[in-house]
Amino acid sequence: LSTLVLAEHEGGSIKISSLSAVEAAKSLGGDNSVSLLLAGSGQSLKEAAAHAASSHPSISQVLIADSDKFTYPLAEPWAKLVHLVQQRGGYSHIMAASGSFGKNVLPRAAALLDISPITDVTKISGSNLFIRPIYAGNALSTVRYTGSSPCMLSIRATSFPVASLPADSKSDAASIDQVDLSTLDEDDSVGKSRYIKLSSQNVERPDLGNARIVVTGGRGVKSAENFKMIDKLAEKIGAAVGATRAAVDAGFVPNDLQVGQTGKIVAPELYMAFGVSGAIQHIAGMRDSKVIVAVNKDADAPIFQVRVNLFVFSLQNEFMLKQTMLFSHYVIPRDREKGKGEINPLSYYL
Amino acid sequence: MKIMVAIKRVVDYAVKIRVKPDKSGVETKNVKMSMNPFCEIALEEALRIKQSGLASEVVAVSIGPVQFTETLRTGLAMGADRAIHVEATENIYPLTIAKILKALVDVEKPGLLLLGKQAIDNDQNQTGQMVAGLLKWPQGTFASKVVLDKEKQVATVDREVDGGIETLSLDLPAVITTDLRLNQPRYATLPNIMKAKSKPIKKFTPQDLNVEIKSDFEIVEVTEPPKRKAGLILSSVDELIDKLKNEARVI
Repeated sequence: LSTLVLAEHEGGSIKISSLSAVEAAKSLGGDNSVSLLLAGSGQSLKEAAAHAASSHPSISQVLIADSDKFTYPLAEPWAKLVHLVQQRGGYSHIMAASGSFGKNVLPRAAALLDISPITDVTKISGSNLFIRPIYAGNALSTVRYTGSSPCMLSIRATSFPVASLPADSKSDAASIDQVDLSTLDEDDSVGKSRYIKLSSQNVERPDLGNARIVVTGGRGVKSAENFKMIDKLAEKIGAAVGATRAAVDAGFVPNDLQVGQTGKIVAPELYMAFGVSGAIQHIAGMRDSKVIVAVNKDADAPIFQVRVNLFVFSLQNEFMLKQTMLFSHYVIPRDREKGKGEINPLSYYL
Repeated sequence: MKIMVAIKRVVDYAVKIRVKPDKSGVETKNVKMSMNPFCEIALEEALRIKQSGLASEVVAVSIGPVQFTETLRTGLAMGADRAIHVEATENIYPLTIAKILKALVDVEKPGLLLLGKQAIDNDQNQTGQMVAGLLKWPQGTFASKVVLDKEKQVATVDREVDGGIETLSLDLPAVITTDLRLNQPRYATLPNIMKAKSKPIKKFTPQDLNVEIKSDFEIVEVTEPPKRKAGLILSSVDELIDKLKNEARVI
């Protein structure tokens, strides 16, 4: 077995989610040699490569693609790069974490290789046997890959946590090799997309995807003003802040905080949900959390059907800065998220 | 410019799904089916682009069993000009879908191909990326805003990514996959539903398009997720803190 892991880096370090992909590669089988593919340009790439080489004992090689084309993680050159590296390396598996980068790049690269990728894998039961959630996590599908090499996977980082590494792992650093990019220009889609900007809300908080504790607010929080209480609590206990789609759509918080089927998937040790009714699409994003605390006025709210380890009904005390009482004034909206409860007239006529 | 929109028929998002006892899949008989919500958003975006005068025609396409024409009819009632149905079995995988879409693009030559970013049944999130790769077109996935410049033949796309909103500029033709906040899809009005009945739906088979149906993987089984143990109702914050500290040991 040999695995190519498509990795992301930021500020001269490899991202933890990419190390989760390495962790997942380990579980494919014993004799798996893992190569990490990093792309970028200039000094930050060099630093990231050096960091990556000693970041995980399972990594035997770090491949770096250094070009202006990779200053930003665009899918078009990246897919072409994966194609190129696979043709030379003949890997049995290609993997990436299923964050927005992996979701964007891996399927495109797979199409160039005429491979059906298996996305969002949560369990690896063998070198070609995988489990992935379907229907927002309401069912689990066991998939056997029967196609030709390479088998291409995106893995859910929260399902493959990175074990704490020994401090002396620096001693057996992986080799760092440059990818020859001289044939990369052949693909005519490279250059048809241009990066313009990234707008982010830079908050000094643990990253939502990897946080040990996540505090989430839903529609029941009622306003951006009230949402500050969620922020305050999170700050106090060192938690990341999450939100439901309803809270994002209502403008309480930016989109990158959304937890759910189509947002971020989290599996922290402690998940605290305030004013979250628990639509299946939201549950899909947090159901693997170890301990779930739901604070909700309505004891019939669907979130309680997740069979949470603990749940709280009607908080009235100092923990949430005494202002938690505010949460007890909300009513669970039973309407459809879209269309405000109207029935699609089509259902009558078609 | 013509816009092509890919549409999938799925179990309605409000339905609580049931896993079949023989573990072969999820029960879809006698279950309400709807257009995949992300596809609705893709279609809505195409219709808005046409209304703003930047596109001349919206073609809805769908690949699946004969019932998929009902979903296409919904798309026509929303405002698509015409539809194409490629009849195929239910279990057709995204790579084949992408190849069929590419073949249809080769026939129709749209300036923009819009798809939902994922279907809410299999949650695979890959078809748009794959068809973009096959076409060698640039891709703007998870779009929350799309602005077309007809002069320059460029689409500016805001994408919802892990770190916030990324803005890309794409040369047309391009593939765009839609995220939730792109727009709020319309409901079809009764007159439009009546009108949709006479709009054309053209039929193809994968063979007509020279696409071989290939399967690179098999579904071994579909099971229910493991049940968690039941929760507790607590009445005070002190109790909660005590449980979190001493029982769950998470704070």
